[in-house]
Amino acid sequence: MTGTLPATTRAGRLQAAFQQAAAQGRAAFIPFMTAGYPTPERFHEVALQLLEHADVMEIGLPYSDPLGDGPTIQRASEVALEGGTSTRRTFELIRGLRAHSDKPLVIMTYVNPVYAVGPREFMRLAVEAGVDGLILPDLPPDEDLDIRALAEEAGLALTFLIAPTSTLERVRIVTAACTGFVYAVSVTGVTGAREGGALGEVPALVALARQYTDLPVAVGFGVKDEATARMVASGAGADGVVVGSALVNAVAEGADLGALARDILKGCQKEA
Amino acid sequence: MNLPTYPLPDERGRYGVFGGRYVPETLIPALDELKAAYASAKADPAFLEQYSTLLREYVGRPSLLYFAENLTRHAGGAKIYLKREDLNHTGAHKINNCLGQALLAVRMGKKRVVAETGAGQHGVASATAAALLGLECVVYMGAEDIRRQALNVFRMRLLGAEVREVTSGTATLKDATNEAIRDWVTNVRGTFYILGSVVGPHPYPAMVRDFQSVIGEETKWQLEALEGRPVPDAIIACVGGGSNAIGIFAPFAYLPENERPRLIGTEAAGQGVESGFHAASVAGGKVGVLHGSMMYLLHDDEGQIQAAHSISAGLDYPGIGPEHCYYSDRGVAEYLPVTDAQALSALQLLARTEGILPALESAHAIHQAVITARELGEGKVVVVNLSGRGDKDVAEVMRLMDKVEAAEVRA
Ligand SMILES: Cc1ncc(COP(=O)(O)O)c(C=O)c1O
Repeated sequence: MTGTLPATTRAGRLQAAFQQAAAQGRAAFIPFMTAGYPTPERFHEVALQLLEHADVMEIGLPYSDPLGDGPTIQRASEVALEGGTSTRRTFELIRGLRAHSDKPLVIMTYVNPVYAVGPREFMRLAVEAGVDGLILPDLPPDEDLDIRALAEEAGLALTFLIAPTSTLERVRIVTAACTGFVYAVSVTGVTGAREGGALGEVPALVALARQYTDLPVAVGFGVKDEATARMVASGAGADGVVVGSALVNAVAEGADLGALARDILKGCQKEA
Repeated sequence: MNLPTYPLPDERGRYGVFGGRYVPETLIPALDELKAAYASAKADPAFLEQYSTLLREYVGRPSLLYFAENLTRHAGGAKIYLKREDLNHTGAHKINNCLGQALLAVRMGKKRVVAETGAGQHGVASATAAALLGLECVVYMGAEDIRRQALNVFRMRLLGAEVREVTSGTATLKDATNEAIRDWVTNVRGTFYILGSVVGPHPYPAMVRDFQSVIGEETKWQLEALEGRPVPDAIIACVGGGSNAIGIFAPFAYLPENERPRLIGTEAAGQGVESGFHAASVAGGKVGVLHGSMMYLLHDDEGQIQAAHSISAGLDYPGIGPEHCYYSDRGVAEYLPVTDAQALSALQLLARTEGILPALESAHAIHQAVITARELGEGKVVVVNLSGRGDKDVAEVMRLMDKVEAAEVRA
């Protein structure tokens, strides 16, 4: 039972997923999808489809004011909330996925839904549902030191973000606070599929993170297809590739999600 | 002039538990940079001189402290003074803060500013400051507010600003603020975010308070001249995010308790706090995080932000600045709800008794002033911060009054 795994196992399970991908000469593929999007039923199918190709899956807990997100994920959150996907419903959906997959699952949401339920209770519910880690894009690690202690107690991995604007001091603070993996934001900006040229700052950012941490470094924001995944995996040497808006768009447009996921996975393969 | 120094926030930008910096990591270096730039500007006589010259010669400060004799007679109690921020250039207190921040933007070498706006007053003030100082200006405004405040939208465009319509979420001030922050995250290296109230991540609430404190500082010496004492018995101001209120409260809020006037903030109670259609964050909200800081907030049990409702676009915000939250918890200030209907009738009252047409926002404070003046009784002194003039609201008020009359005819 996932709910009773020892505390160290969740961060460990994330690390193992990155190691396994690395052993296969790949960056880990980390698809993102908003819980309950476009409907709770469809989400379940979409997420299972993505999990077939994923090394780790990132699930967005919908929030009314996602200020770190661009229009695509913002809209997906709105649709999910309108469709009744609450925090509790998100945990139910995750439990539903857990019955079919033992791959690491990470929740991405904003601090307010976590504080509203109470961080301790939120983490208890997350662990119970089979969640392995948490990403809170509007919480710099030094803003709330308690949350780190609580996550450690609950055995949840906590991933914080570094950005191209991060100073050396910030990279040091953020990477030291991460467990599981480090999330490097590829651009100054919000989430969204962009033109490939926008990823120019990624190599320097990944290299910088490596000076401060041995944890895997995953890169997200703006990766949308095989070519951009390759820029991040081979070009910048990232350990993980996060793809969100492009997948949400594919669901919105009824495109072939499996084909897109397979393409991106190809891009994750490191060139010799 | 010197900008005032207050004991709060602490080094981490906290007012007790409130405040902080809950923003994407991308912005943290920008906030550190802003904090340092503001601290250096605050200590630089040349910057302070430039700012005070603009306040005097461009804004028209000091604003008058006017004894509202007719309103006082109508209320039948304490003397009511109006601090006339409505007489400022651009018609509201917002210009005090915008000029301060725009000067800082220039000092930091930024060429582009972004702002959010609800009623349009902060947008107009930002566009004005940008025009004066040669900065490119983009203002985010909710689609609903663009409808309610068409006049201000046109003013901003005349001033050379680009107004971007926001249709996400509730399409009001909260969402315009989200969009302005998204723009800032994206363009952070060359863009300065001019925040319009005492909200947002540290150092914004402190910086905006300092720029607005000129209101309270002037009140002290003006009242000394008129009444022979610098401190009134009560001070009343409306609260959206809370910048005009903090501007007149803060210079009095840190006085010892027995020397402190009653400080009353009026929150927009919309159709009543019980109705669920309101913007009263203290009366009807609970602690949460929005736009980078911890504050009283309208949100549900799972932390989803609820839509705020007010007759006045400028008060239509689901949160209230962190320093106000601290004042409320410590009993330094009280925050009382005033409904749409009460504000609408207070607007007419001030127009008819004094020939002053207040902004709908300020009308909330006028309503409470009449009540408090009666409570305190003769011999006491109440100062109301008249945060803005009502020109921008005339079309909306006409529409609302027609609706009221139509309902009366039907009844
Ligand atoms: C005239 C006027 N008063 C008050 C406000 C509310 O803002 P604050 O609470 O920051 O003073 C506004 C906001 O647009 C305004 O235009």
